[in-house]
Amino acid sequence: MKSILSLIVFGLLVTTLFSQTGNQVRVTGTVTDMTGLPLPGVNVIVKGTSSGTTTDFDGLFSLDAAQQQTLVFSYLGFQSQEILISKATNLNIQLLEDASTLDEVVVVGYGTQTKKEITGAVSVVSSETIENQNPVRIEQALQGRVAGVNISSNSGSPGSASTISIRGISTNGDNRPLILVDGAVIEDLSVINPNDIESINVLKDATAGIYGVRAANGVILITTKGGRKNTDLRVDIDSYVGLQETTRKLPVLNATEYGAIINEAYVAGNQTPPYPNLGSLGQGTNWQDEVFRQALLSDVNATVYGGGKKSAYSVGAGYLDQDGIVGGGAVNFNRFTGRGSYDLDILDNLKFSSTAIYTHSNRKTLSENALGSVLFNAVNMAPTFNVRDANGDFTIANGLGNEVINPIAQIANTFNTNEVDKITGTVGLSYNFWDHFTAESRYQFNYSEVRGRSFLPEGLNFGDGKVFNNLGVNQYFVNDSFFRDYTFDNFLTYKNTFADDHNVTVLLGMSAFKTSGEFYNFTGRDVPGSTFGEASLDGAGEVIDSRDISGPNEFDQRLLSYFTRVQYNYKQRYLLSAVVRRDGSSNFGPENKFGYFPSASIGWVVSDEPFYGNSDFLNFFKMRASYGILGNDRIGAFGYISTLNAEGTYVFDNELVNGVAAGQLSNPEIKWERQKTFDVGFDSRLFNNKIDITADYFKRRTDDLLLIPQVSGILGVYAPGAGAPIVNAGSVENSGFEFAISYNENISEDASFNLSYNFTALKNEVIAVGNESGFIPGGSFGFGQEAPARMEAGFPIGYFYGLQTDGIFQSQAEVDAHATQADATLGDLRYVDQNNDGIIDGDDRVNIGDPIPDVTMGLNLGFNYKNFDFTAYAFASIGNDIVRSYDRNQNLTNKTNYVLDRWTGPGSTNSYPRVTIGPNSNLLFSDFYVEDGSYLRLQNVQIGYSFGNDVLDQLGIRKLRFYLAVTNAFTLSEYKGYDPSASSGSPIGGGIDQGFYPVPRTYTAGMNFKF
Amino acid sequence: MKKIKIYLGFLVILASVLLIACSDDFVNVDPINENSEDFFNSEEDYQEALVGAYDLLQATYLNVMVGEIASDNTVSGGESATDTPGIQQIDNMTHTPVNQQLRDIWGWMFAGVNRANYILEFQDKTEFSGKDQVIAQARFLRAYYYFELVKWFGDVPLAVDQRLLFGDQFNVDRTPKAEVYAQIEEDLLFAAETLPATQAEQGRITSGAARALLGKAYLYQDKFAEAATAFDLVIAGPYTLVTDYSTIFEQAGENNSESIFEVQYTDKEGAGFGCLQCSEGNVAVGFNGIRNYSGPVFDSGFSFNMPVQEVYDAYEVGDTRRDVALLDIEAFAAVNGASYSTGYKHTGYYNRKYIARKGDANLGDANLTNPNNYRSIRLADVLLMAAEANNRKTSPDDAKARTYLNRVRQRAFGDTNHDISASGSALTDFIYAERRLELVGEGHRFFDLVRTGRAAQNIEGFQTNKNELFPIPDIEIQLAGNRWEQNQGYTN
Repeated sequence: MKSILSLIVFGLLVTTLFSQTGNQVRVTGTVTDMTGLPLPGVNVIVKGTSSGTTTDFDGLFSLDAAQQQTLVFSYLGFQSQEILISKATNLNIQLLEDASTLDEVVVVGYGTQTKKEITGAVSVVSSETIENQNPVRIEQALQGRVAGVNISSNSGSPGSASTISIRGISTNGDNRPLILVDGAVIEDLSVINPNDIESINVLKDATAGIYGVRAANGVILITTKGGRKNTDLRVDIDSYVGLQETTRKLPVLNATEYGAIINEAYVAGNQTPPYPNLGSLGQGTNWQDEVFRQALLSDVNATVYGGGKKSAYSVGAGYLDQDGIVGGGAVNFNRFTGRGSYDLDILDNLKFSSTAIYTHSNRKTLSENALGSVLFNAVNMAPTFNVRDANGDFTIANGLGNEVINPIAQIANTFNTNEVDKITGTVGLSYNFWDHFTAESRYQFNYSEVRGRSFLPEGLNFGDGKVFNNLGVNQYFVNDSFFRDYTFDNFLTYKNTFADDHNVTVLLGMSAFKTSGEFYNFTGRDVPGSTFGEASLDGAGEVIDSRDISGPNEFDQRLLSYFTRVQYNYKQRYLLSAVVRRDGSSNFGPENKFGYFPSASIGWVVSDEPFYGNSDFLNFFKMRASYGILGNDRIGAFGYISTLNAEGTYVFDNELVNGVAAGQLSNPEIKWERQKTFDVGFDSRLFNNKIDITADYFKRRTDDLLLIPQVSGILGVYAPGAGAPIVNAGSVENSGFEFAISYNENISEDASFNLSYNFTALKNEVIAVGNESGFIPGGSFGFGQEAPARMEAGFPIGYFYGLQTDGIFQSQAEVDAHATQADATLGDLRYVDQNNDGIIDGDDRVNIGDPIPDVTMGLNLGFNYKNFDFTAYAFASIGNDIVRSYDRNQNLTNKTNYVLDRWTGPGSTNSYPRVTIGPNSNLLFSDFYVEDGSYLRLQNVQIGYSFGNDVLDQLGIRKLRFYLAVTNAFTLSEYKGYDPSASSGSPIGGGIDQGFYPVPRTYTAGMNFKF
Repeated sequence: MKKIKIYLGFLVILASVLLIACSDDFVNVDPINENSEDFFNSEEDYQEALVGAYDLLQATYLNVMVGEIASDNTVSGGESATDTPGIQQIDNMTHTPVNQQLRDIWGWMFAGVNRANYILEFQDKTEFSGKDQVIAQARFLRAYYYFELVKWFGDVPLAVDQRLLFGDQFNVDRTPKAEVYAQIEEDLLFAAETLPATQAEQGRITSGAARALLGKAYLYQDKFAEAATAFDLVIAGPYTLVTDYSTIFEQAGENNSESIFEVQYTDKEGAGFGCLQCSEGNVAVGFNGIRNYSGPVFDSGFSFNMPVQEVYDAYEVGDTRRDVALLDIEAFAAVNGASYSTGYKHTGYYNRKYIARKGDANLGDANLTNPNNYRSIRLADVLLMAAEANNRKTSPDDAKARTYLNRVRQRAFGDTNHDISASGSALTDFIYAERRLELVGEGHRFFDLVRTGRAAQNIEGFQTNKNELFPIPDIEIQLAGNRWEQNQGYTN
C-alpha cells in the first residue's frame, strides 16, 4: 500500500516538473457587475492552477500570470469569465449575473466542485432557507427540504432531539448520518445554533464514500459563517420572540361521561357501579387543561465580521431560551453559543483557517412518551379528582393503577437539569506549491462535559403503591460525562488541465479519528438539604458509585483511513470520479480491522454536446450515476472480546458486595458492515433556467449487517449486565425515488416568486435477519405484552406484528361460530384466525402496519413584492402508521371520547368494542390500536417587511427587516393522538405513542438588522 | 526563489508521506475494563468472580414465585388476565413453549452456570492458599443452578469447568437428567467436604448447605437411603428449630438458627423492569404484595401468587402456622383500618411469608427492591425431607421419620398432642401433608407433587406425561440450532 502511494506521489511530481510555464506578466484590473458597481471578493484564478487572488472592496485585483495562461473570474451568482493573457495588461471585466447557479461551489469532501461538475446526489440548503424558518434546531430546517432526508421529532419538548435518516433505515442499530460541522464530527446537533450556519450539504449516494467510515448513512456537511476578505466591519443582529402552544388536546371524557362509562363497564363486569349519582359529577377536572401551558421562546444573535486584504474574521454570540408547553417553566432549554473564525493568508500560497464554537446549554425535562409520563397521566387521570384537596395538597390518585398519578403533583416534584459545555474547534493550513499542488492539513476537535443532576425528595408519595413514590430518604443523582474527540486530516491535491480540455484532480490523503470519554454515575442517599438546589453529595448518608458495581465506564474508539480520489472531466462534459478508501477501525478484532471501500461516479452533461445546440426549453441537462461500497463500524467498542464490565453484586452480612462479571459476549469474528449503494439521476434546468429539476433513483443494500440478535440463553447472556454479542447477520434494502423541482420567476422589477417541491418515495425491506428465530423484537405495548414491533425478513424494518381484527361480535351465534377466542363475548373485538387452527392465539399475528412513511414531500413558496416578503412551507408524510398506546385501561382510568361510540348492543357499531372491567381480550395488540399516521403540516408561514435602501443607506444600515411567523401552523391528519409526527426514533419500536409530547405551534415576531 | 519552492514542495510531500505511513497500530486499543480472558491473576480476582457467580441466586425469586403459582397452593393474580401472560398460563396449566417467564428461568439459571464455570475453567491458573474454598463455593453454585434447571426442564445441556461461548450453542446437546444429577452430586460432595460448617460472613455457603442440597438432589431421584444419610448429617449439625414460627419470615428472623441456606437480598439497590435479575432485592415480594395497599405493617404490591381457600382450610385447629403463612386481607383490613384493591383472581389471601413489609428502604423501584431473604433450605424442610427419606427408603426407619416429623409439628402446635403415630404409607401421607403446610408459599409444592406422582390428582389442569416438566422455550430451541427435542407433550 505504502509503495503504491509513493509511486503515485512520484508520478504527480514528474508531471508537474515537466509542465511548461511561460514568462510571467503582471495583470491588473477591475471587476464590476452589469450596472458598473464594483464587485469585491471575486475569485481570480489562473486556470488549471490554484494560484490566484480576489478583488478588493473596490473590485480591484492584481496578479502575476504567465503568457498564454487563462484567467478565470468567478463569483457566486455570476457567470464565470475566462480571459487569455498575452501580455501585461489592465482589464475591465464585467460579470454577467447568472440565474443558474451551476458554478456554485459545493463542498464534496476534501475539496470542492462546481454544481455542474458534481457526479453525486448532493443537496444544498442555504442559510437563507434556514433564516426563513427560525428553527431552534437544525434538523427542523432540513425537514421536508431535501428529498431523501427524513426527519422525525422524538418529542416536542424544548431541546429534544430529532432522528435524521437519509434514504431509509438500514439497521436496527445506529442509522445516523455522519454530520460534520466545519469538518468536525458532531453527534448532538442541539449544541449548534442554526443562525451560525452558512450552508448545509447533504451527500446521499456513493460519492459520500470519500468519507468512508460511517458515511454509509449519508453525510451532512455543515459550514458555519465566516468572515469576508476586503470587507469593512459588519454587524448582523437577528432576534425573535415566540409564543408556543399545543396543537391539540385529546378529547377525553368529562366527569359525568366518565362516571357513566365506568358504571357501564362495572355492570358488564358484574360489579357494583361506583358512581350511583351521576348528576353530582359535573364536568370535573380536565387534566390536559391543567398540564398544557402557553410558553415563551426567545432568541437573539449577533455576528460581527469583516476582513482585510489577507485575512477575514467573524465573531458571534447567540442566546436561546425556550419553555415547554407541558409544565411551563418546569421544562426549559436554554443555550448560549459563542463562535469565532479567523482566516489568514500567511503567504500568497500558505493559508491558515480556524473556527471555534463554544456552547453552554441547560435542559430541564419531564417524563414523556412512556407509561406514567405526564401526558400519559393527564389522559388517564380520572376527571373526578381535583388537582388539590381541601388542605391545598396535591390530590392522591388512588385506585388508578400503579403508574397513573396526579400529573400536576408529578410536574411539581420533578427536579432535574442537564447541563452541557462544549467546545468545537478547527485549525487548518493549506499550502499551494508548484502551481498544481495543494497540501492541506486540518485538525478538528470536540470537547464536552455533560452534567446531569436529578433529585427525589424525601417521602414523596403519589398514592398507595405508585411506582414513582420515594417514601424513604431523599435521593440525589449525579451523572457526569466527558467526551473528547479529534479528527486529523492530511491530504494532497493535484489539479491540472491538459490540452485545455482534460481537467484532472487527484487527491491523496489520510485521516485519523479518535473519540474517547468517561461516564460517572453517583447516587447519593439521605443528602443534606431538602430541595434540589441545596442537594449535594457531600455529607450524604450514602453514596453509590457505579464504577464499584460494574467497573469504570470509559470508551476509546479510533479510525485510521487512507484515501485517494481521481476526478476527471473532459470539457466539463464527461465527468468521472473514483474513490478508494482503506479504513481501519478499533471496533474490530485484529483480523478484521481494515477494509477497502471503492466507489465511483460518472456524469454526462448532455446539454453541452455540440449536437444538442441551444435550447430555450432545456437549458441544462446532466445525467449521472454512482455506485460504491461503503463500510460501517457503528457499534460499541470491543465487541470482539469480552470485558468484565457487568454487574456481579451480592449481599453478604447484609451489605452489598461488588464482584466482577463478564459483560457482552464476545464475537471475535465481527467485521465491517458493507453497504452497496447505487444511484442514477439527472439534474436539469428548463425555460431559461427558471425551472430546476433533479430526480434520482436509488437502491441501497446493506449486507453483513452489524446487529445484536437474540442468542441462546445457555451462553449466559441474561446475566445482569451481560448481553448478546454483535454479529454480522442480516441484510436490509432501501430503494426509492426522489424528485425535486423549483421554479424562480421575476415578474417585474418589484415582484418575484419561487416555488419548490420535493418528493421521496421509499421502500424498505429486510432481506434477512441472520439469527435462528428469524426476527428481532422491539418496542412495548400496553402492559405485560410481547414486544409489538419486529425486524424480520420480507417486511419493513420495525413493522407491527399483531392480531388482525374483523369487526365486533354482534351475536352469540357469531361468537360460537368463530374460532375459540379467550373470554370473547358480544361486543368484543373479533380476531382473524390466520392459521385456521380454530384458536385465536399468538400464532395468528401478522403484519398490521409499519412506521416508515411510503412517501414524504415538501412544498415551499416564496413571494417578494417591493419591500414585502412572504414564505410558506409545508410538508407531508404518507403511509406511516402509529400505535396508540397511551390508554392505561385500568378499571378507573379515564378514556378518550371515542369510547362514546362503543358497542352497546347488536348492530350498534362494528368498530369500537364494549366497555367492561371483566375479562376480555380487547386489549391484545391488534390493528384496532394501529392508526394511519399520514399527515400534512403547514410548517411555517412568514411575512416580512424590509425598509427601503434609500432610507437606510444614509444611516449606514444594510438591512432592517421585521417579520411575523407561525411555525407548525396546522396539521391535517386522521391520527387521534397528539401528534402524527410522533416517533421515538427507534428502528424497531418507533411509532408507538405513549403520550408523545406534541411539537408546539409557535407564533413568532422577529427582526433582522444588518449594518 | 524557485529552488526554495521546489525544496519546500518536497518537504511537504515528505511530510505527507510520513503521515500516510502513520502506523496501523493507531487502531489497536486496549480495553479499559479487564479482558475476561486475562483475568484470575490473584486471589482477589477469584473472590470477585465468585461474587458474580453468587449474584444469580437472587434471580431465583422467579423460580420460587412461579413454582408456587404452578402448584395448588396459589393462583396467579396480578392486575388482569393479560398481566404477565406467562404466569397466567402456568397457573392454568395451559403454558406452551412460548413463555417469557420460563425463558427467564432458563436464561438466568444458565447465566449462573456460566459464571460458576468461568471460575472453574480457570481454576488452575493462579495458586493461593484457600483456593479450594472458592472452588467449593463455585461448585455448589453450579449444582444449585443445575438443580433448578433439571427440576424445571429435565435434560439440559451440561457444561463442566468451561463456559459455553458464542458458537457452542450449535454443538451442545441436552444431557440426560441422570448425568446432570451425577455432576450435581459430585459438586455437592466436594463442597460438603471442603467448606466449613459455619462461615464468618452471613450468606456464604456452608458444608451444611451443600449436604442438605445433596440430600434433596438424592430425594428428587428417589435415592432415599443416600438422602437419609445426607439429611441425618445435616440434622446433627449446628442447626436448631426456631421456637416461634412467626418470627422466621420477618426481617429479624433472617439467617436464624434454622437457616441452612438463604438467598440474601437487600433493599439498598434496585433495578428496573428491563432487568429484574439485576435487582439486589427480592422481586417476588413486590409481585406478591397487596394491591394498592394502604395501612400498617405491609407495603403495596402487585397481588400475584394469591393462596387459595383450600390451603387455608387445610390447617388443623391450633396450627400456629396458618396465620403466619396466609394473610386474610379482608379481616386484617377490617381490624387495622387498611385499604387495598382487588386484582385478578383475588382470593382474599396473601402469601404472608413473602409480601412487602413497611419500613424497608426499597431504594430504586420500590416494588422490586424488597429486602426479604429467601429461606431456601431451612431445618424444618430438611426434617421433613429426612422423614420422607427414612420412611420411603428400602429398609424404612419410621421411628426416626416420626421423630423428625413430630419435631416440626410440635413447634407448629406448641405441644405434643398433635404428634403423629402412624407408620408406613399412612406416615408417608402425613409427611406429605405436613410439607405442604410447613412450606406453603416457599416454592416447593409443585415439585414435591411431581416427584411423588401426586400432581395430577391435586393440580387442576395438570396433564400426566406432560406437565411434570416445563417446556423448553421454543425460541431457545431455535437459537441453539433447532436440534433439540421438545419435552414430552409440548408441541413446537
